Formats: sequence, structure tokens, C-alpha cells
Amino acid sequence: MTTKELTCIGCPMGCQITVQMEKGEVVSLEGYTCQKGEIYARKEVTNPTRIVTSTVLIEGGDKERLPVKTKNDIPKDKIFDVMKDIDAVVAKAPKKIGDVIIENVAGTGVEVIATRNIDRE
Amino acid sequence: MTYDCIIIGAGVSGSATARELSKYDLNVCVLEKGEDVCSGTSKANSAIVHAGFDAAEGSLMAKLNVEGNEMMDELCADLDIPFDRNGSLVVCIHEEEKGGLQELYDRGIANGVKELRLLNKEELHEMEPNLADEACAALYAPTGGIICPFMLNIAMAENAAVNGVDFFFNTEAETLHRDEDGIWHIRTNNGEYKTRYVVNAAGIYSDVFHNMVADKKIHITPRRGDYCLLDKEMGSFVKHTIFPQPTKLGKGVLVSPTIHGNLIVGPTAIDIEDKEATATTAAGINDLIAKAGMHVNNLPVARKVITSFAGLRAHEDAHEFVIGEVKEAPGFIDCAGIESPGLTSSPAIGRMVAGIVCDLAKPEKKADWNGKRKGILNPSGMSVEERNELIKKDPAYGQIICRCESISEGEILDAIRRPLGARSLDGVKRRTRAGMGRCQAGFCSPRVMEIINRELGIPTEKITKSGGKSVIAPERTKAGKGGEA
Amino acid sequence: MKSYDIVIVGGGPAGLAAAVAAREAGTQSILILERDHELGGILNQCIHNGFGLHTFNEELTGPEYAYRFMEKVFAENIEYKLNTMVMDISADRVVTAMNKTDGMFEIQAGAVILAMGCRERPRGALNIPGYRPAGIFSAGTAQRLVNIEGYMPGREVVILGSGDIGLIMARRMTLEGAKVKVVAELLPFSGGLKRNIVQCLDDFGIPLKLSHTVVDIEGKERVSAVTIAEVGPDMKPIPGTEERYTCDTLLLSCGLIPENELSKSAGVELNPVTSGPVVNESLETSIPGVFACGNVLHVHDLVDFVSEEAKKAGENASKFVKEGAAASDKEPIKFVATEGARYTVPSTLDIDRMDDLLTVRFRVGAVFQDSYVSVYFDDERIMHNKKRIMAPGEMEQVILQKKKLAEYPNLKTITIKIEKE
Repeated sequence: MTTKELTCIGCPMGCQITVQMEKGEVVSLEGYTCQKGEIYARKEVTNPTRIVTSTVLIEGGDKERLPVKTKNDIPKDKIFDVMKDIDAVVAKAPKKIGDVIIENVAGTGVEVIATRNIDRE
Repeated sequence: MTYDCIIIGAGVSGSATARELSKYDLNVCVLEKGEDVCSGTSKANSAIVHAGFDAAEGSLMAKLNVEGNEMMDELCADLDIPFDRNGSLVVCIHEEEKGGLQELYDRGIANGVKELRLLNKEELHEMEPNLADEACAALYAPTGGIICPFMLNIAMAENAAVNGVDFFFNTEAETLHRDEDGIWHIRTNNGEYKTRYVVNAAGIYSDVFHNMVADKKIHITPRRGDYCLLDKEMGSFVKHTIFPQPTKLGKGVLVSPTIHGNLIVGPTAIDIEDKEATATTAAGINDLIAKAGMHVNNLPVARKVITSFAGLRAHEDAHEFVIGEVKEAPGFIDCAGIESPGLTSSPAIGRMVAGIVCDLAKPEKKADWNGKRKGILNPSGMSVEERNELIKKDPAYGQIICRCESISEGEILDAIRRPLGARSLDGVKRRTRAGMGRCQAGFCSPRVMEIINRELGIPTEKITKSGGKSVIAPERTKAGKGGEA
Repeated sequence: MKSYDIVIVGGGPAGLAAAVAAREAGTQSILILERDHELGGILNQCIHNGFGLHTFNEELTGPEYAYRFMEKVFAENIEYKLNTMVMDISADRVVTAMNKTDGMFEIQAGAVILAMGCRERPRGALNIPGYRPAGIFSAGTAQRLVNIEGYMPGREVVILGSGDIGLIMARRMTLEGAKVKVVAELLPFSGGLKRNIVQCLDDFGIPLKLSHTVVDIEGKERVSAVTIAEVGPDMKPIPGTEERYTCDTLLLSCGLIPENELSKSAGVELNPVTSGPVVNESLETSIPGVFACGNVLHVHDLVDFVSEEAKKAGENASKFVKEGAAASDKEPIKFVATEGARYTVPSTLDIDRMDDLLTVRFRVGAVFQDSYVSVYFDDERIMHNKKRIMAPGEMEQVILQKKKLAEYPNLKTITIKIEKE
């Protein structure tokens, strides 16, 4: 049995939720004060995910860096693997919002896409 | 090569001396350990041109203060820098201490200060409605003024450079000795410099060089002064420079408009030993806030501060300027212990020190010396037509870089391109005021870095705040990754 | 002198939304003046996501959100000038601006919309003692350097202030390889969103120290260490609680100040609580025909509310241009914020000029749990909404109905306060 403490992000209350886990299953949830909290806590302890946003190098553009994001959320423990791929890639101008920069980032099956337009220099 | 004269230090005293010596047929250079002129005591002070009633009667300090004050109008006109005789008021807030004002008045008269007047309560409050109710009398010195210490220092140095003086920055004098032929050898981090005459204008370190060569030692105590600079919104809170009555430690905490329209409050006076300790302290700033409130009503210091800073006065134990050739070290001329009123006195100090050098070197005057300098344009004083004419000629004047102070790219380019031009953010700031406003360079620093990079070819990762290791953004993101080496 | 029906000062989210709304309301002659080299304002550097949930029902990054409005500005052919600084606005709505190609020029505006945004509180204004070396940045300046210019301000970071920009930058610097050692917050609570505390700090094990402030900065040339200490209820550091962190960077995220220098020189009356203009129900300032919206009016935490507010300003400016100043001999109703509510936007209300619904935005001064937002029409309580939690970092609002107001023809004051029961 493991115990996890987390802060709910649903509203400024920031309820401290205590989750008891056994073999990856939630056994008990305590401290939440609304349904949002319960849903959040269940997801956060079993399958926490995040959107990662960053920039990538871009060549031949009128800007120094191209901002990007993962198109969908990726597993939280993959954040730094995703960053490794993002740091390694070099985009070529021009780029438009939504252009795919990395197809399958860090083996997550998620695309990294451009979040602004960058014209040629 | 052997210089005729080397000046150690490019603060106001050193730069004033350099400019005076540039009138003569002499090879002169200035060694400065900072990356720019005005990097030590000269950059952090009250920015006041004192009338001259403080210093002891008969002292060199008194004499040079009054002389320097009198020279200021013409000098500032020649150097194209702003100067305002806004007048000083020494304000008494305790009836029983009124006698002190009379003493100051008498000393001022003895020192040769003109136009001094004692004011009664009514006259005083009429002149300055924001004075504390307790203010019961004052000494009024109409010759007191306000100036920009950066601009004065920079302008004197620039004018000296145009007239042939060499400036070496990032060059720190370490030791010096005189050889059998009477030539001085100055060892620096950038090699050795030779000269017939040395001027020791090393500010807070002037005792170090003096004591290397002189039998009679001097001791300089760095006396730290904390200051708060307030938003321009408060710039007309008082019109005159408001001093409390002086104490043993100095002239006390003043409240004054600055030449650029801010309000300055300071300094504290804290004797320390570390010659580099220009850190402000919470105690110092709190002390200022408390003391400023004694002479004026409801000054919201804490809420309107845009920056605070500390400067070190080079306080010599005898509280007197130490100027003259050291007997046992022929050719070594001290310009030491220059504390307040050093900024005011600087033109007179320069003249006196240069006089000593000239008495020894007996040089000819240059025929083509040009004491006039054109300052960086200040477009905000222009009419719309003049400004449009300017922008048509040079579009860079149409691009505002510093929003808070309304400084254009044209002014910044001028600051970088002129003789002894700016090479750092502080260098640009002190010449143009870009970054000196209420956002304190939050918006404009990336833009100014871009311009420095473009103009001087300094890689952005190497651009500094003020030279040395003060790099702003030392690395690129994604460095060593992706396609970049 | 050239003239435009509406001149908008600022091409950030507020200015863009106001322009689009004014065009949709039928005003053809509109000019946006933007001081930066592109439209979009601060959103261009806010590359994180979380924008637009209210407006577009999806989570966008800052540049994506800005582009949604820029697209409309382009599609509607709304005129704009970049790299153009507004130097002055006069009380009779003459806007003086400057750029490289046009020089200094004047425009007679039928209506002016102030949308200049805000700036960050600098170190000086925080009275932090210590040296003044390189390596001290406001969080927004660091954000620009990292996200737009591609430079790292440093490698070992201490952050003062737990506003959202500070939190976002803690994560951003961490992702770029820096070590963020601690975030110190003067107040006993963070002004940032819980989501940001969890996803920007907790995810990376960055400690948040509430009731702490910076008491010393070391380093003569570049920051070498920062000392923080706990503060007591009087906000003064408690001796003996000092902790020293070696670092090369100090980021400051200690509050935003509306940029109202132009408004002031025009003679616009300001609210000392918000540092923004005092406005009526039409978001019109004390100068007829001069409107304000977005962070120049009061600092927002959600850009969606900026867009919503700016839309109103754009519509009202358009109406002003078409119909002229509404002549009303009635004394407007005054809003009073008290007992926990710090201010309201707007400050006054003329029922004849209001739409069917009026959104009144306000902030609370402390954290309130299980409390009520109460609205009084003079002495009568007419709204009493229970809220589980209210915090200074999150803007609150109440919506007033014209229909209801019409029942109180002699109403003088509308009071908003926070009540325990």
C-alpha cells in the first residue's frame, strides 16, 4: 500500500488530497471537497499527463526560436524525454501554426507542433 | 613609449584633470580599472553642486568647492550638459538649533559663497509648501545646483579624449615605482606603463597608491551612502535641494529634485572598511525613509522608489582633500580624499592638479585645443518640425527604445559611436538614460543588447551590464544541441 | 492632420479585441498603434498553454491565442502601424505618435481606446537590499530573453514572487536545463493559480516558501548568492531565519503596474487602488471619448476576460463615434468596494447607457473561504452569492441586470462587499 499526497488544481481552494494505492489501483481518496477534485486525483495518481511547451531552433526564419507544444498531453514522467527531442530538432522557415515539427515525440505517439507563424528571413 | 603624465582613475577628478592637461602639448593617458569612465565614487552620489558653506573656513575643500561651483555654468555650456541652479535650503526643525544656521551662514560668507540668506518660517514655507510643519528657519543658498554626475564625468573625459588624451579601460594599476632616471613605472593587469608624472586620482583606493610612495601615510575610509531614487511623478515634490542641519558625519539626508526630473533621497553615512562594498542594506534604506520624513511632509518614499543604490565616499581621516606632489616621490601628484563636495569641486580640482603638473613639466599650450563638445541630442526638447527634420535625416531618431524615458535608437547609437562610447548596458544608460526610468530596463534591455550586438559586434552572450563578469545572458537556449555548435 | 474614427493605443490582446469589436459594430476608420515590431503584445512570449478556455473552449498557447485575433484584424483590413510609439494624447483626443517612416505625426481621433497593458514592478520598487549586479531580471524580461530571443539568463535561479509569471518561468527555466532552487513569496499565500503551483513547481520538486523575502543579494558583477528570510505578520524579516542560496540569477515576479503615463498626461483620472483609469459602465474614462480596457485598466489574470472587456470597449467606442457623447443630466450611480472587496471596474453606472447586462469586475484583498459576495443597492442587499473560495489572485465578477436596476430609480450607490454570512 502506498500513500500519495497531492494538491488539487481545480480551483484556488487547492484541497490536499490523500490517495491510498494498492497495485496501481486507487483504494481510498480523502480530502477532496468536490467532484472535480475526485476526478483530478484519480487521473493524477494513475495516469498523470502534461502538455509540454518549449521552443526549437529554426533556420532561415525572421525569428530566433520557434515556439512549439505537444499536440496532446504526454505522460508526466516523459517530460524530460520530450524535451530532449525538442532540443535536438531544427525547424526550417517558413512555419505556420499547427505545422508538425516532430511526429512522434519520445515515443509517446504525440506530435510536437508549431504555435506561431515564422516567415523566411 | 613614456607618457608625460598618467592619471590613475577616470572618475570626475581624473577626467577633469585629463581635460585640463589636454590643453597642453603633453602625452597624457588615463588608466581605468572599470570598463567605462565614472565607475566608482563618481557614479553614486547626491548629484548636487554644493554652494560651499559646509567646508571649514580656510580649507582647500572650501576653496575648491566655491571655485568649482563658479566654474560650473561655463563648463556645462561648453560640454553641452544640463545644469540647474535650483538653490539649496538647509532647514532647521528645532527652534533651539536655529543658531546653527547662523554659524553656517557665517562660514559660507567667509568661504566666499555669494547670495546667502537666512529665511524665516513664512518665507521658507512659501518657497517650499511640502516642508514639514516643524521647519522653522533655513539657510538659503541660491548658488546651489543639481547636475548629472555621469554626464559631467563622461563629457569631461570625452572632451579630453577628443583633444588627444588616451584612455585605457579594464586596466587596473597594481603597483608603481620610480626608476633612477625619474621615470615612473606603473604595473597593471595589461602590462607596464611609463610616465614622467603620475596623478593619483584613484578615489577610494587613492590611499593605497599614496602609501606606496609617501612617508606620511593617509587612510581613506569608505563611507557608504545609500540612496533612493523616486519616480518622476515625485520630481516636483520640492524645488530646492533640502538639507537637514549638518552633523559630524556629513551633510545628512537630503531630499532633492534631480536634473532629470526624479527625486533623490539620501545619503546615509556608514563607515566601512571594504572598498568594494556598495551593497545597500535594509537598515540603511529604512533609515533613509525615516530621516527623509523629518523635513518634508508625507513623502511616500517606499511606494515611489524606482531604484536604490549605494556609493562610497573616499573619506580621508583629516576630512580634507589631499592634493599636491609628494615630496619624497618627485613627479607623483596626489588627488586623494576627494569626497563630497568632490563632484562640485572637480573642475577646480582638475585645474589645480593640472597646474601642478604644468609647473613641473612646463609644457606649451596647444593652439588647436577645442574645449567645446556637442552632447547627445535630446530630441524631447525639440519642436515637432525639428524632430521630423531629424528623423528624415536619421530615421533611428524615430524609433523609441526606452519607453519610460522616451529614448530613441538614434540617441543610443550616438552614445555607442562617439569617442569613449558605451560598450555595456550601464554605459548606454549613463549616457542616454535608456533603462533608467520606472521599469528599470525591463522592456528595453533586450533591445539595447540587440543594438550593442549590431554596432560593436559583441556577441549577445558576452554583452555585460557594466564590464567584467557582469554578463547579462551568458548562453543560448538549445546551446550545443540541434544544428548549433 | 489625419483623422480616424477610433485610434487604439496598443496592439496586444486588448487592442486587437477592441479593434475587431469596433469593426464588427460598424466603424470603418480604425487605427491600431503598436510600439513593438509585431502585433500580439505580451502573448508572443507567453508560449505556455492555458489561454482561451473561456473564449474558444480550448487550451491555446499565448501566440496561438493572439493569432486568433490577429487573423480577424488582417481579414477585416484594419489598419495598424508597428514600431510606433504614442508620445502624447491630448484631452481633445489628438494622438501624437512617432516612428521611423512617418516621423512625428498627429491624428485627430473620434474616440481613443487605451490598451497599453502593464509593466512589472522592478527590483528598486521592492526595496531589496544588496548589490546591484547583472543577473537580476523581472520574470517577464527573462521570459522574453528565453522564449523569443533564445538566450538563457542563467543556470542557477532563485525566484522572488509566486505570481503566475514567476511560476511559469520556474518551469520554463527548468525545462531549458537550469536549476531553480527556490521560489520565495512575501505573502502567506501565492497569487498564482493552483494549477501552476502543481505543474510548474511540484512537478519539478521546486520548493515554494511562503512568507519569505529576499534580504540580501551578493555578487559585485554577477549575482553569486541570494539570501531569503521568513517575514513576520508585519512583513519584516525575522532575524535568524536567513537561508543563503548560491545562484547566478534572481527573477522577480512581484506584481504588475498598469502603464498609465499617457493616460495621466491626457488628464485621465486614475483609481489609486488599480493604478488604472476610473471608468463608467461604458469603460469610458473621465475624458469623454477616451476608453480603456485590458491590463492598462486593471491587471487581469485571464486573457479571456481581457478580450471580453476589450470587446465592450470597442463596441462602446464605436457607439460614441456614431452617436456622440450621451448627454445625461442624471448623476451616475457610484460603485463602492468595501469589506474585503478592493475595487470595482467600472466605478460608475449610468443606467440609460448600459446594456441589458453589466459585468462588474473586482478583486478581494485576502483569501476568503465559504463567504458571500454581497451587492447592496443603497442599503438593500439584492445579491448574496456564496463562494467556496476567493483569493486576491483571481478576479471576481457580478452581473447586474438593467431590468433589476430599473426598479430603483433613485439609486445612488451600489456597494460590493464580502460577508461571512
